[in-house]
This record gives sequence, C-alpha cells and structure tokens, in this order.
Amino acid sequence: MDKKSPILDVQGLRKSFGGLEVLKGIDLAVHPQELVFIIGPSGSGKSTLLRCCNRLEEATSGSIWVDGVDVLSRSTDINRLRQRIGMVFQSFNLYPHMTALGNVTLALRKVLKLKRDEADRRGRAALDDVGLRDKVDAYPYQLSGGQQQRVAIARALALEPKIMLFDEPTSALDPELVGGVLNVMRAMRKSGMTMVVVSHEMRFAREAADRVIFMDQGEIVEEGRPAEIFGNAKHQRTRTFLQNVLAG
Amino acid sequence: MDLIVETFFNLDVLREMYPFLLDGLWMTLQLCIVIVPCGIVAGLCVAILFSFRFRPLSWLVIVYVDFFRSFPPLVLLIFIYYGLPFVGVDIPDFAAVVLALTLNTSSYYGEIFRAGIESIPRGQWEAARSTGLGFLQTMRYVIVPQAARNVAPDLTSNTLEVIKVTSLASVVAMPELLRLARVAQGLTYNPTPLIAAAAIYFVLLWPLVRLLSRMERRMIAGR
Repeated sequence: MDKKSPILDVQGLRKSFGGLEVLKGIDLAVHPQELVFIIGPSGSGKSTLLRCCNRLEEATSGSIWVDGVDVLSRSTDINRLRQRIGMVFQSFNLYPHMTALGNVTLALRKVLKLKRDEADRRGRAALDDVGLRDKVDAYPYQLSGGQQQRVAIARALALEPKIMLFDEPTSALDPELVGGVLNVMRAMRKSGMTMVVVSHEMRFAREAADRVIFMDQGEIVEEGRPAEIFGNAKHQRTRTFLQNVLAG
Repeated sequence: MDLIVETFFNLDVLREMYPFLLDGLWMTLQLCIVIVPCGIVAGLCVAILFSFRFRPLSWLVIVYVDFFRSFPPLVLLIFIYYGLPFVGVDIPDFAAVVLALTLNTSSYYGEIFRAGIESIPRGQWEAARSTGLGFLQTMRYVIVPQAARNVAPDLTSNTLEVIKVTSLASVVAMPELLRLARVAQGLTYNPTPLIAAAAIYFVLLWPLVRLLSRMERRMIAGR
C-alpha cells in the first residue's frame, strides 16, 4: 500500500444519540505507524469517535475507511474488518471465565479458525510481548488491573491488527500500574503499530505522540505536534482544558 | 401403632408391589431425561431470540413466555392429550406429556436465561465483537457460559420443579411413579405404595435441594 494513504480515514463523521449530536462532522486521517493522541474534556465525543471506527456505535452520517475498506458500507463484512482493528477498553473487559491464554486465543480459534496448538503458540507469543509470559494460565481475577489491561492488549495484538484503538486504557488503573501499560504501548509504537489513543496521560502524549488532537463538544478544535499543542495552543478552549488538566 | 405400621409401612405390600414402583420410577426418569434438556434448550433459544433486540421477535417471545407461565401445566397437558385428537392431531402419550411440560418449563428456563444474559456487562459484548466474533459466537463462547454460571441456582431450582411436575402425567394415565403407586394402592387396598413413592421422590430430589443450598450459599459468599 502507498505509504501516504491513511490506514484510518474519517470524513464528515456525525453521530447523534436521540436528539443529541455528539459528533459534529469529524475529519481525521491516521497514517501508517502514526500515534495519534486524542484529548478533550469528558463528553467531548472522543470515545464515540473511536467506537464508530469499528462500528461498536453506528455513525449517523459521514464516511470511515480503514485500510482501504469502507467501514459503513452495508456490504462490508464487519466481523472480518474488526480483526484488523484492535480495540482496548477502559475497563479491560477480559472474559472472567477464561485464563489469560483463553482470552487471547478465543478469536484466533473461532474467528481465524486456527488449530488449538497454533492459536496457543500465537497467544503465548502475544502474552510474551506484553510481559506476561508467566501469567498464561492465570484467570483475570488473579491479575492486577495493569496485568489485565496488558492481557487485553495482547488479545487485540494477537489478531495482528492494522491499527489499534485505545479508549482511555489507563483511566481505571491505580497510578503505580499505569507505567506497565504505557511501556507496552511504547514498545508497540517502536514496532511500528498505528495507534489512536484517547487518554488523559499528557506526559505520555508529549513524549510519544506524533500528533495531538483536541476535541470539545463533538468537534476537533485543533491539532498539531505535541509541542505545539502543549506549548503553544492556538485556541483558548484548548489552553483552558490543558491548564485544568495539568494543574490537577 | 401396629395399625399405622400395617397401613402405611406394610413390608409385605411393598415386597409385592415394588416392581410397579420401579417401573414408575423408570418412566419418571425417562420423562425427566427428555423434558429437562428440551426445556433448557428451548428456554435458551427463547432467551437468545429475545436478545436480538428485534422488536417483533421480542414481542413474540414475550407473548410465548407470558402465555405459558400463566397457563396451568395440568390444563395444558389435558388440552394437548384430550383436546388435540379432536382436530385430528393424534400424538403418543409420552410425546403429549413431553410437549406440554416442555412448553411450560421452557418459558421459565427462558426467563432465567434472559435474566442471566442481561446480567452480563455490555463490555463483554463489545470486547468479543471488537475481535471479530459474530453475535452467536459471542453468545456461545462469552455470554452464555457466564450467564449460566450466574443463574445456576435458578436453573437448578427450576429443574427441581420440572421433576415434581412430571407427576401430573399420572392424570393422563402415564405409567410414571405416582400413577403406578396409585395402581399398586388400588390393587392392595393399602397406601404403603404411596408412602414409598413419596420416599422415592424425596431420595431423587433431596441431593438437588442440597446442591441448590450449597450453590446459593456460594453465590452469596462470592459477592
């Protein structure tokens, strides 16, 4: 694929819940190996934007293309497309009745239809990548929040997605557990994964993001390199938000 | 005292009549072995159909469940057994009992599974669907296993009810435990076979009752 063509291309995306419009025409292109950070106050539509990208929410209008596939088209096999879009949730959402390996291999076996030993091999490799080689047989309740989130990342990574979407991956974690998850994300970035991250980890954004997007009230207010946004935001709304967050 | 023993615990009667009771027990077990799985499968289907959240389908499911929950199983059985032949539908005795009790109990199992499925957080659905699992795959591998575990006490409790309700089949002359106990009682002019049938029901159900108590205690402890 042409290096310049985006992996994720969102145009004119609108989304309403009942009468409330939470996305008011979003344009966003994410290129291969880019790490795009989305920040903004709660209720600004960041999560909804991510969730529209793999159709956990149905967009009201606009277009979304992922890896050259029209996400919103009726003829798109959404289950097939979702394999290429990894998603990590704030609340981990591990399957509590399965071990870490079971969590990671379920889709490998049932979606990719891999044989059990092949799925296990890939599952173990994915858990190894997130530093949980020794937790393969642990159940979620036996793991810390940080470890659970890393299993969730491994579950998405094992499918070898083209892009990873992170919906506030560290917001539910105790502060001392955040680092482990961010380290995994750093390693993913180094290995060339394309990532869109909704998060309040501003230090991580400053250090790792290629681009920071500030959203407010369903719109992209401004975007730019981390240094521009954090050091020299053009809009008052952005500056106010950052002051409030960084003061906290 | 002798009179009581002779009347209710008459070993001679028991010795003479126990083959009847064993036959009855076997028929009761056959009914349970067929009705319980049928009811569970039908109930699960009902719950899954409901969870599609497709209005007309949900509406049909609600009608089905409400109807069979408010229809006395004995009336249903008599209707199927004695009523259907009038319109030319002639089904064997065993099938009539299975049909009536499956219709009845599947509505209860259905409600239990529905509550179980709804107790599973949305995040489980989203996680599974986001990895490319389809609706039914998500149901099968992620939702139902957790839901069934959450409602295991209710499923057990309903299963107890089903086993008890099979005694209704005696009304349509099905040779199950209660029916044959009453036949034995008639033949011997002695109620001992009824006492024996009650004891057999107890032995059959008591382990389940114990299991239920243990599960309920564990659910409370696990909270």
